[in-house]
Amino acid sequence: MPVLTSQQGMPVWRRRTTRAQWLQFSAWLLGVSLFLFCWKVISDNTMWVFVEDAGRQGSDLLSRMIPPKWEYANVLWKPMWDTLNIATLGTALGIIMAFPVAFLAARNTTPHPLVRSLALMVIVSSRSINSLIWAMLLVTILGPGVLAGIIAIALRSIGFVGKLLYEAIEEIHPTPVEAISATGASRLQIMNYGVLPQVMPAFAGISVYRWDINIRESTVLGLVGAGGIGLQLNASINMLAWNQVSVIFVMIFATVLVSEWISARVRHAII
Amino acid sequence: MSEQAQAYFEARQQAARQGQWRRLPLIHSQWLRWAIALGVVTYLVLALASVEVNWARVAEGASRGLRFIGAFAQPDFMSRGNDIINGLVESLTMTLTSTVIGVMLAIPVGLGAARNIAPLPVYFVCRSIIAVSRTFQEIIIAILFVVMFGFGPLAGMITLAFATIGFMAKLLAEDVEDLDWRQVEAVRATGASWWQTMNHAIQPQVMPRLIGLSMYRLDINFRESSVIGIVGAGGIGATLNTSLSRYEYDTSAAILLIIIAIVLLCEYSSSHVRRWTQ
Repeated sequence: MPVLTSQQGMPVWRRRTTRAQWLQFSAWLLGVSLFLFCWKVISDNTMWVFVEDAGRQGSDLLSRMIPPKWEYANVLWKPMWDTLNIATLGTALGIIMAFPVAFLAARNTTPHPLVRSLALMVIVSSRSINSLIWAMLLVTILGPGVLAGIIAIALRSIGFVGKLLYEAIEEIHPTPVEAISATGASRLQIMNYGVLPQVMPAFAGISVYRWDINIRESTVLGLVGAGGIGLQLNASINMLAWNQVSVIFVMIFATVLVSEWISARVRHAII
Repeated sequence: MSEQAQAYFEARQQAARQGQWRRLPLIHSQWLRWAIALGVVTYLVLALASVEVNWARVAEGASRGLRFIGAFAQPDFMSRGNDIINGLVESLTMTLTSTVIGVMLAIPVGLGAARNIAPLPVYFVCRSIIAVSRTFQEIIIAILFVVMFGFGPLAGMITLAFATIGFMAKLLAEDVEDLDWRQVEAVRATGASWWQTMNHAIQPQVMPRLIGLSMYRLDINFRESSVIGIVGAGGIGATLNTSLSRYEYDTSAAILLIIIAIVLLCEYSSSHVRRWTQ
């Protein structure tokens, strides 16, 4: 507890030492100046004329969006089905690929440290690249369509599922594994009977959770041409048909809410 | 345990004694297992039938895919160096300012969305703000804000700040809802005002997690800032999009490598900060 002595010789309690006080002050100063500097960079790159009438633009946009053109919803069932397919098939494909990667990346099941770092690299690069970027890449390679979307979602899911799953594998109880290896089981049998039953509930939970996220993400993949309802969104925005855009927003909102509810229910039932 | 399950387990043990053992299934009800399997198969058939793949186009793209993978071996940082640096500076500044602004706005919303300290009307307002901000993807919000505020990083910054509010406020509210109530009672018993209760009973309990979450969100915001450029909200995403549509794969590979490196750096430092605050 830092205590100073006053001029009268009385001890005075202080919350921090002088050194800590100065350190904190300079940290705040540094942080605030960094923030102001960043703000200045942004402000220099902004056309303030456009910002000034943002309110007018916003209300104009709102007046064009309402009332929504409900009959447009009939066109949207097929794209919505595509979106659900992108999310579900993409999740399935991603899980299939993430499963072995997670076992290779977990410290207690990996065959070799070198393999482990390779698997971790796969997980990191898949995680740090957004599914929209994967979709942009795949659209230039595979051409526009649902297939590019499915693979983009799958590639993005590997990292997410892989990371959570390998963390779950590292946290398993070692006693069942020991018991099964004591019976003379082979490596694969240990995985199958000692490790797998312990991580199965976590694995199912993670997969459903990722499916829920993927539904969200697959709604926008069409913006870069990867199929689904995003294609319709992009077309409507390019035509400035904002009353169609609002119908699409409502549909996305409803789908996301339903998928979130389903995933919450399933996860609740598992755990 | 129900009687049926009891009987089932006894039958299993009987069989095991006779040398027949099968692993416990993940889903207990046999009927449900078959229903799920049937449902999955029907869905797969329906879904795979409706996916249209233009195999000729895929075959044509295969060489391009190989060229792209090859580009990772020799990424080109130089020829579009200026564009990359401009995009990166925009992305990084957007990330920082949006996180700071978003977290500052998220604190009142989060406190309002905690059922144990907020009155019911405030609770509903704050929860609906959170729901709206969490449902829509950043990129959809970015489209609207680009229309309102014009092209450029300002629209991106507002988008990310808006998304940050939903994320941080939800987690903060959950944190406040299960904090240790005895400390609040103790501070209240001394006759503290509302502000003093917040400052001395609630803030010390949620602060470490709040700092950790802010670092995590900083990381997420950088990742998101690399895509909202696609719809014109500034940042490295616009540069990446341009390079991909020009088929300049070596530049795209360079940008992707930079993004991965920065995300790794963010993740590493944020885990450091979290360990230090807890």
